[in-house]
Amino acid sequence: MSNEEKVQAKVEVPMITFKVDGQTVSVPKTLPHPVTGKPEPISIIQACALAGVNIPHLCYHPKLPVAGNCRMCLIEYGMPVLDRERKPVLNPDGSPQIRRIPRQAIACATPVTPGMEVYTQTEGVVRARKSVLEFLALNHPLDCPICDKAGECKLQEYVHQYGQETSHFFETKLEKPKKKAISSKIVLDNERCILCTRCVRFTDSVAKNPALGILNRGALNTISNYPGTEFEHNYTLNTVDICPVGALTSRDFRFQMRTWFLSETPSICPNCATGCNILIHSLKGHIYRLTPRENDAVNSCWMCDSGRLNYKWVNDSRRLSNVLWSEAGRRDEIDWETAISKISAALKSSSKGSTAILVSARQSTEEIFLVSKLAKLLEAQTDSLPRIGEGDFLLLNPDMNPNSKAIEIFGLASATPGANVSKIAKAIESGAIRNLIAIGENPVEMGIEPGLLSRLDLFVVCDILGNKSTLEAQYLLPGASFAEKQGTFINAKGRVQRFGKAFDPMGEARPEYWILSSLLSALTDKLWPKTPEEIFNMMAAELPAFNGMTWAKLGTAGMNLLSTTNTTEK
Amino acid sequence: MTLWERLYLPTIIGGFAVSIKHFFRKKITMRYPEEKWTLPPGYRGIPYLVKDQHGRVKCVSCQLCEFICPPKAIKVTPPGPVDNPQVGSVEKQPREFEINMTRCIFCGYCQEVCPEEAIFLMDDYSMCKHSREEMILNMEKLLELGGVREDRLMKWKNKHNPQRS
Ligand code: SF4
Ligand code: SF4
Ligand code: SF4
Ligand code: SF4
Ligand code: FES
Repeated sequence: MSNEEKVQAKVEVPMITFKVDGQTVSVPKTLPHPVTGKPEPISIIQACALAGVNIPHLCYHPKLPVAGNCRMCLIEYGMPVLDRERKPVLNPDGSPQIRRIPRQAIACATPVTPGMEVYTQTEGVVRARKSVLEFLALNHPLDCPICDKAGECKLQEYVHQYGQETSHFFETKLEKPKKKAISSKIVLDNERCILCTRCVRFTDSVAKNPALGILNRGALNTISNYPGTEFEHNYTLNTVDICPVGALTSRDFRFQMRTWFLSETPSICPNCATGCNILIHSLKGHIYRLTPRENDAVNSCWMCDSGRLNYKWVNDSRRLSNVLWSEAGRRDEIDWETAISKISAALKSSSKGSTAILVSARQSTEEIFLVSKLAKLLEAQTDSLPRIGEGDFLLLNPDMNPNSKAIEIFGLASATPGANVSKIAKAIESGAIRNLIAIGENPVEMGIEPGLLSRLDLFVVCDILGNKSTLEAQYLLPGASFAEKQGTFINAKGRVQRFGKAFDPMGEARPEYWILSSLLSALTDKLWPKTPEEIFNMMAAELPAFNGMTWAKLGTAGMNLLSTTNTTEK
Repeated sequence: MTLWERLYLPTIIGGFAVSIKHFFRKKITMRYPEEKWTLPPGYRGIPYLVKDQHGRVKCVSCQLCEFICPPKAIKVTPPGPVDNPQVGSVEKQPREFEINMTRCIFCGYCQEVCPEEAIFLMDDYSMCKHSREEMILNMEKLLELGGVREDRLMKWKNKHNPQRS
């Protein structure tokens, strides 16, 4: 749903008015259930969130069914007094009389009713929070120094904010299994678990794999996979994110780095065409983990495990970091200026139509746009390699390229992507094509033999990791990974989304948009825009499909293309 | 000035008086480095890592000292997900721990912040080396120099659970 649609959906629902801490607010009477989508009465915690009042909570998660078991969200409230005709009784000054309800209620499971008054800061509420936290921490181990959640742990935060300094508990703490491998990707620490059942509800209602449950009774309750079932699917690691404490920890991230050292960069997962919104957690040029970033139009709060764990190649030892030039069996390091001027000179001296460009659908939209300009200038043949994998019911798209849509919009692939390659190979053989530029693609993998490549006058490869083609390249230009540059991807549904730069490219490597823009500037003797923002704005102004978008308007949530495809000149 | 003053004699005599007085006083210099002074309690010398009475490394690689250290002298390398069989029931221990003594300002924050009582500023103050590399103390050296401190809690030792001995 776009933002406008959301506002419309809200308008249709009748509004109710209530008061929170003295502030009068109107909220919709119902909200859709996070899983089934059926309208449900709005709860106090949801209504307060809309009013900008945050009520501390542990088991409640906006995208999961309500369980109401942690009691962290206790509040006090009052109801308007009604007379026999169910009319509100008024005070002498005309305001409705309110009767305070003597017992506290949990905000996550109590619906808002008209005229209700909610109090979140009273003495009773403060005391209730203290006691709830004391209970939750009764058997909690003193693990913060070794707990991967420390620094982003809700229990830790609430104890600091609302808890008491001392405990009344002098008995020995209960011991439960620690370091238990609950799945191949997750380690469970039962002592740290507060039994909020967020993980159970997630696997059950979102991932549709009801493998988790609570075993044993009373104080010995433990989270476990039901005997005979396996907690293995492509969404398990989301339970690590939503676990409010450090009970579920990712084996991949376990003991790698403390969370407070990591910087978060909003980005887009480059693993498939869904374009899940993510955060890159990095430190000093290293990615430590990827986590989902909420975007209800795309991925809600989730991402798949295959995308989440697909980042290791960014810091791989096979990364290309030098500009290389091969001639007569020698390979030398050269600088960018020399490389760009040599390549442009070679392209200028060759005739139009004698160039082929292979461009990957993993490049950013701005880069693909510049490639389309370059192809037009050189009258080049182009193609791109499709990568088809296995999709699933929730997020994962079978198209493993994050930006196939942009390739489609700019018409850079044949009708069935990859079909042009054999034609290009034949043209190289016959000598009709003398120059080949590969951007993020591996021509050898696509079916152009190394023997053919050696016949070319000019063979430029711009890539991130070394492969068979980079060995053959005459000019090898090291590119930047998705974490090292800014740009946009257009997902399968035509949503344009921005990704940010977490750190500088490795060594001499430069973002491909910079390389392409420099090459275009050298070829046309006019200056081309050199930042993603300028390139995007130029592109959006040129194509009607972009519907007046600008880089700034995209924000972090992205925008949808006007009805897609074939809106451009070829 | 009078003639008497211009003779400088009173000044010279005064000077000798001071020297002679000090000659009979108690000596306050010492023959360093053969002789060394006794340090007051709470003296902040070079920070070292300590082991507990069972020879276990107390540091759990929480990296709080690395975070707090004002001149960024400490570098802790966390162990990663692979279990180290040598540490027994202890869940986490640093893979490497370095203090760069060309940077340390002896502030004592690391000792104060450490939740495991694993790092202490001890009595060593002289750090004279021939190269910068030698001024970086690694985990092995820090543990060797730090020695043993009694652990009152022994969090990882538990008789009910042999796995956590
Ligand atoms: S779960 Fe939270 S409170 Fe418990 S040990 Fe981990 S960081 Fe500390
Ligand atoms: S493992 Fe985490 S998410 Fe699951 S019940 Fe325990 S605390 Fe909640
Ligand atoms: S004493 Fe201060 S400067 Fe030295 S290592 Fe500790 S925290 Fe850093
Ligand atoms: S010395 Fe203490 S503060 Fe520093 S990493 Fe080890 S346990 Fe943490
Ligand atoms: S958040 Fe309401 S009971 Fe847990």
